[in-house]
This record gives sequence, structure tokens and C-alpha cells, in this order.
Amino acid sequence: MSSDGENEDLMFEDEYDDAFDQDEDMEDVDSTSEPDVYDALSPAIEEAPQKKPYDISWKVRTLQEIIDMQNKEIKKIQSLLEVPASTAAILLRHYVWNSEKLQEQFWNDPTAALQGAGLSPPSSPSTRTQTLPSSPEKRPNRLPRTTVASPSIRTRSRLPTEPFECPICCTDFDKTLVEGSTFAMGCGHRFCRDCWGEYLSGKVKGEGESAKIQCMESGCQRVVREEVIDEIVSSDISKRYHNLLNAAFVADSSNLRWCPHPNCEYIIECNQAPARMLNQLVPTVECKCGHELCFGCGYGASHRPVLCRIVKMWEKKCADDSETANWLQANTKECTKCQSTIEKNGGCNHMTCKKCKWEFCWVCMGPWSEHGTNWYQCNRFDERSGIDARDTQAKSRASLERYLHYFNRWANHEHSAKLDAEFYRKTEKKMEQMQNSGNLSWIEVQFAKAAVDAVIKARITLKWSYCMAFYLKRNNMTELFEDNQRDLERAVESLGYLLEQNIVDTDSIAKLRQDITNQAAYVQKRHDILMDDTLKGYLERRWEFSVDI
Amino acid sequence: MSLPKRILKETERLMSDSPPGISAAPKDDNLRHFDVTVTGPESSPYEGGIFKLELFLPEEYPMNPPKVRFLTKIYHPNIDKLGRICLDILKDKWSPALQIRTVLLSIQALLGAPNPDDPLANDVAQHWKEDQSGAIAQAREWTKQFAQ
Repeated sequence: MSSDGENEDLMFEDEYDDAFDQDEDMEDVDSTSEPDVYDALSPAIEEAPQKKPYDISWKVRTLQEIIDMQNKEIKKIQSLLEVPASTAAILLRHYVWNSEKLQEQFWNDPTAALQGAGLSPPSSPSTRTQTLPSSPEKRPNRLPRTTVASPSIRTRSRLPTEPFECPICCTDFDKTLVEGSTFAMGCGHRFCRDCWGEYLSGKVKGEGESAKIQCMESGCQRVVREEVIDEIVSSDISKRYHNLLNAAFVADSSNLRWCPHPNCEYIIECNQAPARMLNQLVPTVECKCGHELCFGCGYGASHRPVLCRIVKMWEKKCADDSETANWLQANTKECTKCQSTIEKNGGCNHMTCKKCKWEFCWVCMGPWSEHGTNWYQCNRFDERSGIDARDTQAKSRASLERYLHYFNRWANHEHSAKLDAEFYRKTEKKMEQMQNSGNLSWIEVQFAKAAVDAVIKARITLKWSYCMAFYLKRNNMTELFEDNQRDLERAVESLGYLLEQNIVDTDSIAKLRQDITNQAAYVQKRHDILMDDTLKGYLERRWEFSVDI
Repeated sequence: MSLPKRILKETERLMSDSPPGISAAPKDDNLRHFDVTVTGPESSPYEGGIFKLELFLPEEYPMNPPKVRFLTKIYHPNIDKLGRICLDILKDKWSPALQIRTVLLSIQALLGAPNPDDPLANDVAQHWKEDQSGAIAQAREWTKQFAQ
């Protein structure tokens, strides 16, 4: 794939609407084959029937293409501003690859633009020693040297004609060695190559820095050029440096995202899902490695139909609460007076709250005073005071229960989805069996695999629908949503049941096949209805959430 | 293990020609470990105090900054009760071209110019912001009590 001729402006542009006029040659891995001139803000445009208003287009890029993109930008700036390639690169990185802004600022005040990016104007190399900004004291003199050279002499001499002592390691260099063994950038701060090498390797390897590695001199903001680093450091450090540069480029570009799957090196390019659209779009994309991901948040699977922000809240809630909540639910009750959570780990039912000293009965939760001398036994479960006490408790637990209701369903589907591989294996076995005993051809038994695919896909969607339902405000729309959810749930369960059926004889195979095929089609249909309605609902602003999105 | 030339030179210079109000000498058993004293700058609440610090040059010095800590108790918004110092050149603004002497001069300067907007000791910084003269009096009191 080539990136030529299409990324000029959109690569570094956060503006959603500007991003649609140049994707004429979106090809091979596009999610859809229609033209990408499409505006998600006006879902009425129906150029192609199969394209849904909430679908987005994307491309899968290789690392080389990402490098090409950068080089292309660099070349452009290089010729426009008439600066060396490495200067163009440093400028672009400083302006976060916003070439318009860079050009504007550069033409406005070239010196300021260059200096801001850690470069000095080529015509007048900066020779002054910088004062130490972090230290309020005047910078003291350097280490003692046999030939006392003032800093200005040292820095001014582009090629010192006298012996040189590296201010870092204090090694002396004979004047014939100065040129070969030491190095100074345009700022004039000269150090030996060994110290440069150690410094640059440390920055790249130890601190993961790339685009903004500065001169070794304290307070000097001169940025070290790519070619300098490549020349001085070892090849593996240089490789790592370039990886970091590429990673920074992807991180800086709002329309690029690394595929999060292990060992996958592809990058997704998508111009239709800027951050501000994420309250109405769920930009699920598929990488060439075969995995799905969310372009909006980098989640390593589809989380449709739930918005990225809700997913994040949900995950945080689950990580924080679920196990604890489950345990509390199963093992504790609250003191009916002070609401402290109490675990009864032995002894009789006469409880005394450690915190407020309230005495109550563990069985009926009523006050102990009404129990008289009925130690160890409670037959008052239905009496008024006990019921009231349990009511308050029930209320305090209602929200927890509500959460667990959704969480357990979410977790069940998550669990089932994790058993994918096993499910496939079982089905394959069954398909073999059918081929052997039912005289069906390989092609004819593929329906089973298609059905498994449908089940797994629907399970993932169902899983997320419970997360969605947890955050939805209750209204008529929510009821429609839950109806769709219930229909899909039922359809999936009966298809799952059919797929579990044992094959008894040849006659039953034909019927089973018919049933499974029908049911799979029905699951697919229910799935599409739920997805379609939910995602459209965002664009139509039909959903109200109990949290801010 | 022999010391790098750089450390030897710095030590030599520190011993023979130390900056005013600052002394630093390596310990006998570890030449990377320095006993340091810094006098409080004039017209600061630390004036008249002699503050003890320890300074350690890690293996990676000068590529990595020295580790410095106050041993004398001090009431300062950028120095916490363990003596740790909040100073940019000891962290991300470190440059291998800086030296022990520049670091110590910067620390001395920090005593003269506390920065309560970038605090390490939150309670002290709060005090400094809300009641500067009270905080300065407290710093003076501590100087008298612990650094003299």
C-alpha cells in the first residue's frame, strides 16, 4: 500500500470535517468499499445501502508506511522552508506534526520558530553560553584545567586549536585528536564522543526519550539531530531510537493508533473518529492481524454497542468493586443502626455491633430487646420491627444488587466468550461426525461453524449490552433496549442449546441442520437489530445515561 | 575500584577551593560518599545556621545526578522531614555538565529563595503561603534549635 497523495492534510489534522475529501484511493483493507466521502453527522446520507450511519472507514498501515508518512511531511517542509531534512523533522516534531501551524509560525518569525524547537538559525550559530536557568546562582566556573580556557573560548572554537579537556569525563585530548574524538553541535558545547555516546544511549535506553534529547550542557535546549544520534550510538540503540520516534509520531497523531494485540505491528489509520465524536460513535475496527479493536480507546476487542467512556467507567468499577462486593453480599449484613458492615464468623445470633453497641438478632435483624430470653433461636422473622429493619437493609443493598445483577450477566458472557476455542473444537468434532455418519460433504457441514461464529459474536455484544444497561437511565427507551437485549439473549441460548445436541442418527442430522441454520440466521438478525438500534440511538441522542459522558 | 578521573578532579577542587559557605569532603571508607555542610545564606531565615547534608555519587555519575539529602532538620517548603530536596537539577533537569559544586550552590540558593508553589513538604508550603512571616519565624526558630 502506498500512502502517496492522500495524507497531505488529514494526517495531522484533528478536524473531523476536513478529513473526508482525500480518501479517493482507500483500498484493500477498508471496512467497506464505498467512497469515504461520508459525514457521520448527517446519517441521512444513504449512498450505499450496506453502510450504516455509525460505521467508519479505516486503513491498516505498516510501520514502513508510517515512516513514509513522516518522510513525506518532512520533505514537504524541507522544500517549503528551505531547511535541511533533520531541521524539518525537529520542527515538525516540535509542532506535533501540525505543518500549517509550523509554516505560519516559521514565516512569522523564523528565528523564534527555530529556537523554540531547540535549533538555532543556520546563519548565526549561537555561541553564547547559556546561563543555568534552574540554578538561581550564577553558573560557576568549570573544573580546573591546566590551560584555563574561559567557557566562551571553549564554546566558540568550532575546531579547537588547542588541547581539549572533556568537561564531563575530564579526559585530555591532544589538539590533533580534538576533531576526531570530540563533538559539538551548533551551540558549540563540546564534549568527547564517549561521553556523548553514554549520554545519548542513556537517554534512549534508560529514559525512552527520542525527539527531544537536548545538548549535554546544563540549560542548553539545543535538540540533538537524528543523524548525530545515529552516528554516535550503537546500531541497536539507534534502532530503538527510531522505534521511539515512530511511536511518538503515532501517539501524536490523533488519526493513528497501534494495534494493541501482542506482537502485532500494524497501525490503524482512521479519520472519522476524533475524540469529540466518541460520545456518539463506537469506532470498532479490524486489524490485519485478525483481531478487532476500538479505535477510540484502544480496547483490544469490540465493545460495541457501548461508548468508550462508559466502558472505561465500567472496567474501573469492576476492577474496584466486583469481588469485594460479591463477598460482602454473600457474607455480611449491615448493622441496622449505624450501617457498619458486619461479618458473623461464629457465635450465637445475639449480635452486638462493635461500633455503636446496638444489640440485634442476626436472623431477623430486629432489636434483641424483643427477643426476651430466646437465646440461640429466633422465631420472630415475620414480626413488624424485624421486617422494617430488614427493609432498610434491603434498600442499602439494592444498589449493590443492581450492580451485581448486571455484572454477573456481563461476566457470564465474558466467561462464555473465553471458552471460544473449546466451543470451536467441540463443533469441529461434531462436524466431522456429521460428515462420517450423515454422508454430508465438508461444505454442507460448514453451517455449524457459521452458527458458532454467530453465537460468539452475539455473546460479546450481549456482554456489553449489560454494561450499557447498568448506566442507562430508566425510561421508555431503556425498555425497548432491554426488549432487544432479551430477544437476543433468548435467541442465543436456544442456538447454543441446538449446537450442544448430540447426533443420534442420520435422519436427525438433516433436521438439526435445518434448525441450526434457521436459528443462526435469527440470532444474526436479532444481533443486528440490537446493534443498529443502539448505535443509531447515539446519533439520534436517544439514550440518557445516569453518568456524565 | 578506582574512581573516574572526573570524580577525583572534582574532589580535589572541592577540597582545595570550596565555594564560600560550602564544604564537602569524601568519607574515608567510600570516596563517592561526601559529608557536606552548607551555611544558611545571609538575610534568609537560615542565616547563622550550619546545615549538614550527605551527598552520594551513584555508579552512573555524571550521567545520573548525585543523591543529596539534608541531615540537619530544616523548616523549608522544598525540603521534607526526611531531608529530601525538591530541586529540578537533581531530577529531570540534570545535565552531566553540572557538578557537585554547582549542585551545592543551587541548594544554598534554594535556602535563600524558597518556592512554596512547588512544595515537597506540603504542610510547610501551606504555612508559607498562608502566613509567610509566621513560617519565616518558624524557620528561624528551627535554625536556632537544630543548626547551631
